[in-house]
Amino acid sequence: MTQRVPVTLTVNGTEFRREVEPRLLLSDFLRHEIRLSGTHVGCEHGVCGACTIRLEGAPVRSCLIFAVQADGMSIATVEGLAPARGQLSVLQQAFQDAHGLQCGYCTPGILMTMSAFLEENPTPSEDEVRHALSGNLCRCTGYQHIVDAVLLAARRLRESV
Amino acid sequence: MKPAPFEWHAPASLAEALALKAAHGEEARFLAGGQSLVPAMNFRVAQPAILVDLNRVAGLDSVVEENGALRLGAMLRHARLERDATAARTHPILAEALHEVAHPQIRNRGTIGGNLSHADPASEMPAVMLALDARFGLRNAAGEREVAAADFFLGPLTTALRPDEMLTEIRLPALPPRSGTAFLEVARRQGDYPMMGVAAVVTLDAAGMCIAARIACCSAGPTPVAAPRAAAALLGTRLGEADIAAAAELLRDEVEPLGSVQASAGYQRHLAGVLARRALLLAKGRAA
Repeated sequence: MTQRVPVTLTVNGTEFRREVEPRLLLSDFLRHEIRLSGTHVGCEHGVCGACTIRLEGAPVRSCLIFAVQADGMSIATVEGLAPARGQLSVLQQAFQDAHGLQCGYCTPGILMTMSAFLEENPTPSEDEVRHALSGNLCRCTGYQHIVDAVLLAARRLRESV
Repeated sequence: MKPAPFEWHAPASLAEALALKAAHGEEARFLAGGQSLVPAMNFRVAQPAILVDLNRVAGLDSVVEENGALRLGAMLRHARLERDATAARTHPILAEALHEVAHPQIRNRGTIGGNLSHADPASEMPAVMLALDARFGLRNAAGEREVAAADFFLGPLTTALRPDEMLTEIRLPALPPRSGTAFLEVARRQGDYPMMGVAAVVTLDAAGMCIAARIACCSAGPTPVAAPRAAAALLGTRLGEADIAAAAELLRDEVEPLGSVQASAGYQRHLAGVLARRALLLAKGRAA
Protein backbone atom coordinates (compact mmCIF):
# COMPACT_ATOMS: atom_id res chain seq x y z
CA MET A 1 0.00 0.00 0.00
CA THR A 2 1.57 3.26 -1.10
CA GLN A 3 1.82 5.87 1.59
CA ARG A 4 0.01 9.08 0.68
CA VAL A 5 0.47 12.24 2.67
CA PRO A 6 -1.79 15.28 2.67
CA VAL A 7 0.13 18.50 2.05
CA THR A 8 -0.74 22.17 1.92
CA LEU A 9 1.68 24.40 0.07
CA THR A 10 1.38 28.10 -0.57
CA VAL A 11 2.76 28.83 -4.02
CA ASN A 12 3.00 32.46 -5.14
CA GLY A 13 0.44 33.35 -2.49
CA THR A 14 -2.13 30.70 -3.46
CA GLU A 15 -2.79 27.71 -1.24
CA PHE A 16 -2.77 24.24 -2.81
CA ARG A 17 -3.87 21.04 -1.04
CA ARG A 18 -2.97 17.65 -2.46
CA GLU A 19 -2.34 14.10 -1.33
CA VAL A 20 1.02 12.91 -2.58
CA GLU A 21 3.49 10.07 -2.32
CA PRO A 22 6.47 10.99 -0.14
CA ARG A 23 8.83 10.36 -3.04
CA LEU A 24 7.26 13.11 -5.18
CA LEU A 25 9.90 15.77 -5.73
CA LEU A 26 8.84 19.36 -5.17
CA SER A 27 9.81 20.13 -8.78
CA ASP A 28 7.36 17.49 -10.00
CA PHE A 29 4.70 18.69 -7.56
CA LEU A 30 4.94 22.16 -9.07
CA ARG A 31 4.92 20.97 -12.67
CA HIS A 32 2.51 18.05 -12.58
CA GLU A 33 0.27 18.50 -9.56
CA ILE A 34 -0.41 22.22 -9.78
CA ARG A 35 0.60 22.67 -13.40
CA LEU A 36 3.13 25.45 -12.94
CA SER A 37 5.60 24.41 -15.61
CA GLY A 38 7.72 27.55 -15.43
CA THR A 39 10.00 25.74 -13.02
CA HIS A 40 12.22 23.77 -15.36
CA VAL A 41 13.81 20.42 -14.69
CA GLY A 42 17.29 19.93 -16.11
CA CYS A 43 19.56 17.44 -14.42
CA GLU A 44 17.39 16.33 -11.50
CA HIS A 45 20.42 15.86 -9.30
CA GLY A 46 21.14 19.34 -8.07
CA VAL A 47 23.81 20.43 -10.51
CA CYS A 48 22.14 22.62 -13.15
CA GLY A 49 19.97 24.97 -11.08
CA ALA A 50 17.13 25.12 -13.63
CA CYS A 51 14.62 24.03 -10.98
CA THR A 52 15.60 26.72 -8.45
CA ILE A 53 12.62 28.08 -6.53
CA ARG A 54 12.38 30.10 -3.32
CA LEU A 55 11.38 28.18 -0.21
CA GLU A 56 10.47 30.54 2.62
CA GLY A 57 12.42 33.14 0.65
CA ALA A 58 15.63 31.16 0.21
CA PRO A 59 16.59 29.87 -3.25
CA VAL A 60 16.82 26.07 -3.24
CA ARG A 61 16.82 23.22 -5.76
CA SER A 62 13.25 21.96 -6.03
CA CYS A 63 14.57 18.62 -7.38
CA LEU A 64 16.38 17.94 -4.09
CA ILE A 65 13.43 18.30 -1.74
CA PHE A 66 10.31 16.20 -1.46
CA ALA A 67 6.95 17.94 -1.69
CA VAL A 68 5.96 16.49 1.69
CA GLN A 69 8.89 18.33 3.25
CA ALA A 70 7.49 21.65 2.08
CA ASP A 71 4.13 21.05 3.78
CA GLY A 72 2.98 24.28 5.38
CA MET A 73 5.65 26.32 3.66
CA SER A 74 5.57 29.22 1.29
CA ILE A 75 7.09 28.85 -2.16
CA ALA A 76 7.83 31.38 -4.88
CA THR A 77 8.27 30.31 -8.51
CA VAL A 78 9.01 32.23 -11.68
CA GLU A 79 5.27 32.56 -12.36
CA GLY A 80 5.04 34.88 -9.36
CA LEU A 81 7.74 37.35 -10.38
CA ALA A 82 5.78 39.60 -12.73
CA PRO A 83 3.59 42.20 -11.03
CA ALA A 84 0.69 41.55 -13.45
CA ARG A 85 -0.17 39.71 -16.63
CA GLY A 86 1.61 41.29 -19.58
CA GLN A 87 4.17 42.99 -17.39
CA LEU A 88 7.66 42.02 -16.35
CA SER A 89 9.51 42.54 -13.09
CA VAL A 90 12.54 44.85 -13.14
CA LEU A 91 14.81 41.80 -13.19
CA GLN A 92 12.88 40.13 -16.01
CA GLN A 93 12.85 43.34 -18.04
CA ALA A 94 16.62 43.67 -17.57
CA PHE A 95 17.08 40.12 -18.91
CA GLN A 96 15.07 41.07 -21.98
CA ASP A 97 16.89 44.37 -22.50
CA ALA A 98 20.39 42.96 -21.97
CA HIS A 99 19.72 39.79 -24.00
CA GLY A 100 20.28 37.68 -20.89
CA LEU A 101 18.84 34.55 -22.46
CA GLN A 102 18.88 32.61 -25.66
CA CYS A 103 16.98 29.33 -25.42
CA GLY A 104 15.62 30.36 -22.04
CA TYR A 105 15.64 26.95 -20.42
CA CYS A 106 17.87 28.01 -17.53
CA THR A 107 16.23 31.42 -17.15
CA PRO A 108 13.52 30.65 -14.54
CA GLY A 109 16.11 29.18 -12.19
CA ILE A 110 18.46 32.09 -12.73
CA LEU A 111 15.68 34.62 -12.12
CA MET A 112 14.73 32.95 -8.84
CA THR A 113 18.35 32.82 -7.71
CA MET A 114 19.01 36.41 -8.68
CA SER A 115 15.78 37.85 -7.28
CA ALA A 116 16.92 36.65 -3.85
CA PHE A 117 20.51 37.71 -4.43
CA LEU A 118 19.57 41.30 -5.33
CA GLU A 119 17.39 41.60 -2.23
CA GLU A 120 20.35 40.58 -0.11
CA ASN A 121 22.97 42.50 -2.07
CA PRO A 122 21.50 45.53 -3.91
CA THR A 123 24.94 46.82 -4.93
CA PRO A 124 26.80 43.77 -6.20
CA SER A 125 30.14 43.78 -7.97
CA GLU A 126 30.53 41.77 -11.15
CA ASP A 127 32.52 39.16 -9.18
CA GLU A 128 29.72 38.81 -6.65
CA VAL A 129 27.17 38.35 -9.43
CA ARG A 130 29.33 35.65 -11.00
CA HIS A 131 29.67 33.86 -7.65
CA ALA A 132 25.92 34.04 -7.05
CA LEU A 133 25.38 32.68 -10.55
CA SER A 134 27.76 29.76 -10.07
CA GLY A 135 24.96 27.35 -9.18
CA ASN A 136 23.03 27.93 -12.40
CA LEU A 137 24.25 26.44 -15.65
CA CYS A 138 23.54 28.11 -18.98
CA ARG A 139 24.72 26.38 -22.13
CA CYS A 140 23.90 29.19 -24.58
CA THR A 141 25.02 32.63 -23.57
CA GLY A 142 28.49 32.32 -22.13
CA TYR A 143 27.09 34.15 -19.08
CA GLN A 144 28.28 37.65 -20.05
CA HIS A 145 24.81 38.87 -20.99
CA ILE A 146 23.33 37.28 -17.89
CA VAL A 147 25.84 39.13 -15.72
CA ASP A 148 25.09 42.34 -17.65
CA ALA A 149 21.36 41.81 -17.07
CA VAL A 150 21.75 41.32 -13.33
CA LEU A 151 23.95 44.40 -13.00
CA LEU A 152 21.44 46.40 -15.10
CA ALA A 153 18.59 45.21 -12.85
CA ALA A 154 20.57 46.15 -9.75
CA ARG A 155 21.14 49.65 -11.13
CA ARG A 156 17.48 50.11 -12.07
CA LEU A 157 16.30 48.81 -8.70
CA ARG A 158 18.59 51.27 -6.90
CA GLU A 159 17.42 54.16 -9.08
CA SER A 160 13.78 53.33 -8.46
CA VAL A 161 14.13 53.53 -4.66
CA MET B 1 8.95 10.83 -9.92
CA LYS B 2 12.44 9.42 -9.84
CA PRO B 3 13.26 8.01 -6.40
CA ALA B 4 12.11 4.49 -5.52
CA PRO B 5 9.20 4.33 -3.07
CA PHE B 6 10.01 4.70 0.61
CA GLU B 7 8.19 5.10 3.88
CA TRP B 8 8.52 8.64 5.22
CA HIS B 9 8.72 9.61 8.86
CA ALA B 10 9.14 13.18 10.05
CA PRO B 11 9.55 12.97 13.82
CA ALA B 12 9.37 16.12 15.93
CA SER B 13 11.91 15.03 18.51
CA LEU B 14 15.39 13.59 18.55
CA ALA B 15 14.25 10.74 20.82
CA GLU B 16 11.62 9.72 18.26
CA ALA B 17 14.13 9.92 15.42
CA LEU B 18 16.64 7.74 17.26
CA ALA B 19 13.94 5.23 18.22
CA LEU B 20 12.97 4.90 14.55
CA LYS B 21 16.59 4.33 13.55
CA ALA B 22 17.04 1.81 16.36
CA ALA B 23 13.97 -0.07 15.14
CA HIS B 24 14.91 -0.08 11.45
CA GLY B 25 18.73 0.01 11.41
CA GLU B 26 20.31 -0.08 7.93
CA GLU B 27 16.88 -0.12 6.28
CA ALA B 28 16.38 3.48 7.35
CA ARG B 29 18.35 6.56 6.42
CA PHE B 30 18.33 9.91 8.13
CA LEU B 31 17.38 12.75 5.78
CA ALA B 32 19.11 15.99 6.77
CA GLY B 33 19.52 18.67 4.08
CA GLY B 34 19.20 16.07 1.34
CA GLN B 35 21.75 17.67 -0.96
CA SER B 36 23.73 14.42 -1.30
CA LEU B 37 21.16 11.77 -0.37
CA VAL B 38 18.36 13.00 -2.64
CA PRO B 39 20.55 13.11 -5.79
CA ALA B 40 21.62 9.54 -4.95
CA MET B 41 17.94 8.62 -4.58
CA ASN B 42 17.05 10.36 -7.84
CA PHE B 43 19.63 8.15 -9.54
CA ARG B 44 18.30 5.20 -7.51
CA VAL B 45 21.85 4.57 -6.34
CA ALA B 46 20.35 4.92 -2.88
CA GLN B 47 17.00 3.19 -2.26
CA PRO B 48 16.34 3.43 1.46
CA ALA B 49 13.15 1.65 2.52
CA ILE B 50 12.55 4.21 5.22
CA LEU B 51 13.48 7.87 5.46
CA VAL B 52 13.68 9.49 8.88
CA ASP B 53 13.39 13.16 8.00
CA LEU B 54 15.19 15.31 10.58
CA ASN B 55 13.96 18.65 9.28
CA ARG B 56 11.18 18.90 11.87
CA VAL B 57 13.26 17.88 14.83
CA ALA B 58 13.56 20.94 17.03
CA GLY B 59 16.77 22.07 18.72
CA LEU B 60 19.33 20.47 16.43
CA ASP B 61 20.54 23.66 14.77
CA SER B 62 22.08 25.79 17.48
CA VAL B 63 25.44 27.56 17.66
CA VAL B 64 26.67 27.69 21.26
CA GLU B 65 29.89 29.43 22.27
CA GLU B 66 31.71 28.87 25.53
CA ASN B 67 35.04 30.66 26.05
CA GLY B 68 35.83 30.49 22.36
CA ALA B 69 34.85 26.83 22.00
CA LEU B 70 31.92 26.14 19.72
CA ARG B 71 29.15 23.54 19.73
CA LEU B 72 27.27 23.24 16.46
CA GLY B 73 23.99 21.40 16.05
CA ALA B 74 24.07 18.84 13.26
CA MET B 75 21.09 20.32 11.42
CA LEU B 76 22.69 23.74 11.17
CA ARG B 77 22.41 24.69 7.53
CA HIS B 78 25.57 25.72 5.72
CA ALA B 79 24.18 29.13 4.80
CA ARG B 80 23.39 29.93 8.43
CA LEU B 81 26.77 28.82 9.71
CA GLU B 82 28.44 30.75 6.91
CA ARG B 83 26.76 33.94 8.17
CA ASP B 84 26.94 33.26 11.89
CA ALA B 85 28.66 36.16 13.68
CA THR B 86 29.82 34.04 16.63
CA ALA B 87 31.42 31.40 14.44
CA ALA B 88 33.02 34.15 12.33
CA ARG B 89 34.73 35.45 15.47
CA THR B 90 35.79 32.16 17.05
CA HIS B 91 36.53 30.02 13.96
CA PRO B 92 36.66 32.16 10.82
CA ILE B 93 37.90 29.19 8.77
CA LEU B 94 34.34 27.80 8.84
CA ALA B 95 32.88 30.59 6.71
CA GLU B 96 35.98 30.71 4.53
CA ALA B 97 35.62 27.03 3.67
CA LEU B 98 31.81 27.05 3.48
CA HIS B 99 32.04 29.73 0.80
CA GLU B 100 33.58 27.01 -1.40
CA VAL B 101 31.00 24.32 -0.56
CA ALA B 102 28.82 23.89 -3.66
CA HIS B 103 26.52 26.83 -4.45
CA PRO B 104 24.34 29.21 -2.44
CA GLN B 105 21.20 27.21 -3.30
CA ILE B 106 22.81 24.03 -1.99
CA ARG B 107 24.10 25.77 1.13
CA ASN B 108 20.58 27.00 1.89
CA ARG B 109 19.54 23.37 2.45
CA GLY B 110 22.70 21.40 3.19
CA THR B 111 23.60 20.83 6.83
CA ILE B 112 26.94 20.53 8.58
CA GLY B 113 25.99 17.22 10.22
CA GLY B 114 24.70 15.73 6.98
CA ASN B 115 27.80 16.83 5.13
CA LEU B 116 30.14 15.25 7.71
CA SER B 117 28.09 12.04 7.97
CA HIS B 118 28.16 11.70 4.19
CA ALA B 119 31.98 11.69 4.47
CA ASP B 120 32.83 12.51 0.91
CA PRO B 121 36.64 12.71 0.89
CA ALA B 122 36.47 15.54 -1.66
CA SER B 123 34.28 17.61 0.63
CA GLU B 124 35.78 20.65 2.35
CA MET B 125 34.30 20.48 5.85
CA PRO B 126 35.68 17.08 6.91
CA ALA B 127 39.20 18.39 6.30
CA VAL B 128 38.40 21.58 8.20
CA MET B 129 37.19 19.44 11.12
CA LEU B 130 40.52 17.59 11.19
CA ALA B 131 42.44 20.86 11.15
CA LEU B 132 40.30 22.22 14.02
CA ASP B 133 40.66 19.00 16.03
CA ALA B 134 36.88 18.69 16.22
CA ARG B 135 35.05 16.09 18.28
CA PHE B 136 31.66 14.70 17.30
CA GLY B 137 28.78 13.73 19.56
CA LEU B 138 27.19 10.52 18.25
CA ARG B 139 23.86 9.55 19.79
CA ASN B 140 21.68 6.52 19.78
CA ALA B 141 18.55 5.78 21.80
CA ALA B 142 20.71 4.61 24.72
CA GLY B 143 23.02 7.61 25.01
CA GLU B 144 25.97 9.45 23.55
CA ARG B 145 29.60 8.78 22.76
CA GLU B 146 32.18 11.27 21.60
CA VAL B 147 34.53 10.53 18.74
CA ALA B 148 37.43 12.65 17.48
CA ALA B 149 37.15 13.79 13.86
CA ALA B 150 40.41 11.88 13.23
CA ASP B 151 38.66 8.62 14.23
CA PHE B 152 35.34 9.37 12.51
CA PHE B 153 36.25 9.26 8.83
CA LEU B 154 37.06 5.66 7.90
CA GLY B 155 36.86 5.65 4.10
CA PRO B 156 34.96 7.12 1.15
CA LEU B 157 31.38 7.69 2.38
CA THR B 158 32.20 5.57 5.43
CA THR B 159 32.26 6.75 9.04
CA ALA B 160 32.40 5.39 12.56
CA LEU B 161 28.61 5.88 12.87
CA ARG B 162 26.82 2.69 13.87
CA PRO B 163 23.50 1.84 12.21
CA ASP B 164 21.51 3.18 15.18
CA GLU B 165 23.54 6.37 15.64
CA MET B 166 23.25 9.98 14.53
CA LEU B 167 25.92 12.67 14.54
CA THR B 168 24.11 15.27 16.62
CA GLU B 169 26.76 17.78 17.66
CA ILE B 170 30.08 19.10 16.38
CA ARG B 171 32.45 20.37 19.09
CA LEU B 172 35.29 22.70 18.18
CA PRO B 173 37.90 23.56 20.80
CA ALA B 174 38.76 27.23 21.22
CA LEU B 175 41.65 28.50 19.14
CA PRO B 176 44.39 29.77 21.46
CA PRO B 177 45.43 33.45 21.30
CA ARG B 178 47.67 34.34 18.33
CA SER B 179 46.15 31.61 16.19
CA GLY B 180 45.57 32.03 12.48
CA THR B 181 43.59 29.85 10.10
CA ALA B 182 43.15 29.58 6.35
CA PHE B 183 41.33 27.41 3.85
CA LEU B 184 42.27 27.40 0.16
CA GLU B 185 41.27 25.17 -2.71
CA VAL B 186 41.53 24.80 -6.45
CA ALA B 187 38.43 23.66 -8.32
CA ARG B 188 37.70 23.76 -12.03
CA ARG B 189 34.74 26.03 -11.39
CA GLN B 190 33.41 27.82 -8.33
CA GLY B 191 31.30 25.34 -6.38
CA ASP B 192 32.74 22.18 -7.92
CA TYR B 193 34.43 19.65 -5.71
CA PRO B 194 38.04 20.74 -5.38
CA MET B 195 40.92 19.03 -7.10
CA MET B 196 42.76 19.82 -3.86
CA GLY B 197 41.93 21.80 -0.74
CA VAL B 198 44.07 22.67 2.27
CA ALA B 199 43.00 23.78 5.76
CA ALA B 200 45.74 25.21 7.97
CA VAL B 201 45.73 26.29 11.62
CA VAL B 202 48.82 27.76 13.30
CA THR B 203 49.44 29.24 16.75
CA LEU B 204 52.34 31.55 17.61
CA ASP B 205 53.82 32.47 20.98
CA ALA B 206 54.39 36.08 22.01
CA ALA B 207 57.80 36.04 20.33
CA GLY B 208 56.35 34.85 17.01
CA MET B 209 57.47 31.22 17.33
CA CYS B 210 55.09 28.54 16.04
CA ILE B 211 53.89 26.47 19.01
CA ALA B 212 51.06 24.55 17.35
CA ALA B 213 50.09 23.66 13.78
CA ARG B 214 47.50 21.44 12.15
CA ILE B 215 47.02 20.91 8.44
CA ALA B 216 44.46 18.76 6.64
CA CYS B 217 43.53 18.27 3.00
CA CYS B 218 40.45 17.27 1.01
CA SER B 219 40.47 15.42 -2.33
CA ALA B 220 43.72 14.01 -1.01
CA GLY B 221 42.88 10.35 -0.35
CA PRO B 222 40.05 7.99 0.66
CA THR B 223 39.28 10.20 3.70
CA PRO B 224 40.18 13.76 4.62
CA VAL B 225 43.94 13.57 5.11
CA ALA B 226 45.85 15.19 7.97
CA ALA B 227 49.49 16.08 7.50
CA PRO B 228 51.06 15.63 10.93
CA ARG B 229 54.66 15.48 9.70
CA ALA B 230 54.37 18.75 7.80
CA ALA B 231 52.72 20.34 10.83
CA ALA B 232 55.42 19.03 13.21
CA ALA B 233 58.14 20.49 11.00
CA LEU B 234 56.72 23.97 11.64
CA LEU B 235 56.98 23.78 15.42
CA GLY B 236 59.71 25.95 16.87
CA THR B 237 60.15 27.89 13.62
CA ARG B 238 59.13 31.47 12.98
CA LEU B 239 57.14 30.32 9.94
CA GLY B 240 59.59 31.94 7.57
CA GLU B 241 59.24 31.33 3.85
CA ALA B 242 61.84 28.54 3.96
CA ASP B 243 60.19 26.84 6.96
CA ILE B 244 56.84 26.90 5.21
CA ALA B 245 58.29 25.71 1.91
CA ALA B 246 59.93 22.76 3.71
CA ALA B 247 56.65 21.82 5.41
CA ALA B 248 54.77 22.09 2.11
CA GLU B 249 57.33 19.73 0.57
CA LEU B 250 56.68 17.20 3.35
CA LEU B 251 52.94 17.59 2.89
CA ARG B 252 53.18 16.68 -0.79
CA ASP B 253 54.33 13.23 0.32
CA GLU B 254 51.76 12.88 3.08
CA VAL B 255 48.70 13.22 0.84
CA GLU B 256 47.49 10.21 -1.14
CA PRO B 257 45.46 11.71 -3.99
CA LEU B 258 43.72 9.20 -6.20
CA GLY B 259 43.73 11.15 -9.45
CA SER B 260 40.61 11.79 -11.54
CA VAL B 261 39.59 12.82 -15.03
CA GLN B 262 40.11 16.42 -13.93
CA ALA B 263 43.52 16.07 -12.34
CA SER B 264 46.20 13.40 -12.23
CA ALA B 265 47.48 12.32 -8.83
CA GLY B 266 50.76 14.07 -9.62
CA TYR B 267 49.01 17.36 -10.36
CA GLN B 268 46.94 17.02 -7.16
CA ARG B 269 50.17 16.51 -5.21
CA HIS B 270 51.62 19.61 -6.83
CA LEU B 271 48.51 21.58 -5.89
CA ALA B 272 48.75 20.30 -2.32
CA GLY B 273 52.24 21.75 -1.98
CA VAL B 274 51.32 25.09 -3.53
CA LEU B 275 48.10 25.47 -1.53
CA ALA B 276 49.78 24.42 1.73
CA ARG B 277 52.45 27.08 1.24
CA ARG B 278 49.86 29.77 0.50
CA ALA B 279 47.50 28.68 3.29
CA LEU B 280 50.29 28.60 5.88
CA LEU B 281 51.49 32.08 4.88
CA LEU B 282 47.94 33.37 5.10
CA ALA B 283 47.35 31.68 8.47
CA LYS B 284 50.61 33.10 9.80
CA GLY B 285 49.63 36.62 8.73
CA ARG B 286 46.26 36.24 10.44
CA ALA B 287 47.88 34.95 13.64
CA ALA B 288 50.15 37.92 14.05
